Amino acid sequence: MISMPDHFTYDELSRDFSWSIAEKELEYKPGDRINIGWYCSDRICLKGHAEKTALHYEGFGGVEKKYTFNDIRLAGNTIGTFLRGLGINDGDRVCLFMDRIPELYLSFLGILKIGAIVQPLFSAFGDESLFVRLENAQTRAVITQKKHLPKVRKIRSQLPHLEYVIIVDGVKASDLEKGEVLFSLEKSEPVENLDIHPTTAESPSVLHYTSGTTGQPKGVKHVHYSLISQYLTTKWVLDLRNEDIYWCTADPGWVTGTSYGIIGPWSLGITQCVLDSGFSAQAWYKFIEKHRVTVWYSAPTAIRSLMKAGDEIVKSFDLSSLRHLASVGEPLNSEAVIWSERVFGKPFLDTFWQTETGSIMITNFPGMKVKPGSMGKTFPGIRGTVLDPVTYAPISEHGRAGLIAFQPGWPAMMRTYWNNPEKYRDKFVNGWYLSGDRASIDNEGYYWFIGRDDDVINTGGHLVSPFEVESALLEHPAVGESAVTSKPDEINMEVVKAFITLKPGFAQSPDLELDIMNFIRKKLSPLAMPQAVEFMEKLPKTRSGKIMRRVLHAKEWGEEIGDISTLEND
Amino acid sequence: MEEMNLNEMKDLVLNYVIKEYIDDDDVTITYETPLISSGYVDSFSMVSLLVFLENKFKIKIPPSKATPEAFDNVNSIVALVNQYLK
Repeated sequence: MISMPDHFTYDELSRDFSWSIAEKELEYKPGDRINIGWYCSDRICLKGHAEKTALHYEGFGGVEKKYTFNDIRLAGNTIGTFLRGLGINDGDRVCLFMDRIPELYLSFLGILKIGAIVQPLFSAFGDESLFVRLENAQTRAVITQKKHLPKVRKIRSQLPHLEYVIIVDGVKASDLEKGEVLFSLEKSEPVENLDIHPTTAESPSVLHYTSGTTGQPKGVKHVHYSLISQYLTTKWVLDLRNEDIYWCTADPGWVTGTSYGIIGPWSLGITQCVLDSGFSAQAWYKFIEKHRVTVWYSAPTAIRSLMKAGDEIVKSFDLSSLRHLASVGEPLNSEAVIWSERVFGKPFLDTFWQTETGSIMITNFPGMKVKPGSMGKTFPGIRGTVLDPVTYAPISEHGRAGLIAFQPGWPAMMRTYWNNPEKYRDKFVNGWYLSGDRASIDNEGYYWFIGRDDDVINTGGHLVSPFEVESALLEHPAVGESAVTSKPDEINMEVVKAFITLKPGFAQSPDLELDIMNFIRKKLSPLAMPQAVEFMEKLPKTRSGKIMRRVLHAKEWGEEIGDISTLEND
Repeated sequence: MEEMNLNEMKDLVLNYVIKEYIDDDDVTITYETPLISSGYVDSFSMVSLLVFLENKFKIKIPPSKATPEAFDNVNSIVALVNQYLK
């Protein structure tokens, strides 16, 4: 079914590139209907692969479930029918707030099939993080698990648009509150036929939330046409082939987990495995060995954690099935590339993209010379550059740092920020989309990551807004003022650090530090939890009273503080 | 801090874990229940557990020893703490 580019080089694929390559392979013509849910299940069955395994799920403690492409087609139909029965219509936002259980993946298809918009949210989010995202999207339904129900219930009364909370496991009907509905896929009669909503290229599909320096998180709106670049990048960069067993370790609460953890592999008819349990090197290697994983897409934080676990443990497992390794989320350091080549016999290839870009933009293409520590080159068809931070003109000089920017026009590019067109417009200058990251380009066209161009913290591959954490800190009874920045971290690249002043009557103590950490962890998420809290007499401010985060950042990273002429003096 | 016996230490840690990290009332956590590998406590939250142990037992655990394996259940956590108690 899939023709692979084995014998083509990066240069050959870049020459005369057109996205119509993917359109043709997907038998899509401009103006046709296009529905990701249908492409990921029904179409694969129509191509004769109904009985091929689509999903091999493993939960903690060895719980396993297997689904063929026909199973996921039926499950999508069944969930879609159930949602329609509740009155969920095309364009409605339906939030997925679940761990990586099969219902998460199957509901994703069902929601798309009826033309509604999927709003995936990380299940470790605290009630405040959940609230701001559901409120912003005016979400009509949340599909969740019993274990996450307390967080939803806590904010429910403040969300007038939220009509249904659908629970997929473990709650007794007698324990349900108003507007809560039980849904069991296993107990539902499979629905053979569902009228797929006639979505077209620009119909909205997925709404992922991402954090910025200021303001609340932004909803990144994607459309069904994103399939075109998600399909082709999965095929060419992740090099997926018919017989592959694929493992994407990302959670679908984040964009990697949907673009490359659902849409990419399933639109190609690939078998994928999902491990829903906490991290341990032993468990991960055992999972690869047991399922004979061939293609593994992971993140630098996980790779560095595996490095920390040592080389010896690798030898205890048969990992010979691995054929291709790739990484995303944050820059992959050269040590990790070299280490992976040594212990697995092949390097992790770095890829770069964002929630907003929807698909891979810069990558170490299979077969291309790997320069450890480099992000690689732009995917064929992507026009990228680095811009001068002052003039926004493209930099032609090799090795000079600038802002990573792309010329819009690829299929998976976000269409807007939900209810925030101003912020969307701010992302473009002189016809370039500004990624918010800085890099340089060498004489062979390889990009080398330098850092963020703003204060957003990239911890373990996830973006955390310092503004969001600072605002939440102010709700703690002891906190007078707060400033948040990152501090270096061996595993996560950087982690959140909070600087605070205390209100009168409070004294600093280790217990107060812990209390503040847990306060943020529960309110926002474990990712946003400050991993260190520094109590200060006063925060560095400009004379006009604005907190100077960069002074604190420079202190943490051992950098030059720069111009402090505006710093407030005593 | 008053001297604690092993079971008192385990109960202290167990109660803290249940109070801070377990949302589901139906989940039973014992001294042996895997915490990290099961996903009950994620790697980011592990830092707050480390701070709790250091505060409560007035010890300093080196970062190299604060591994997911060492934090994977109450028994292993208390064994780690014991190494650093004077």
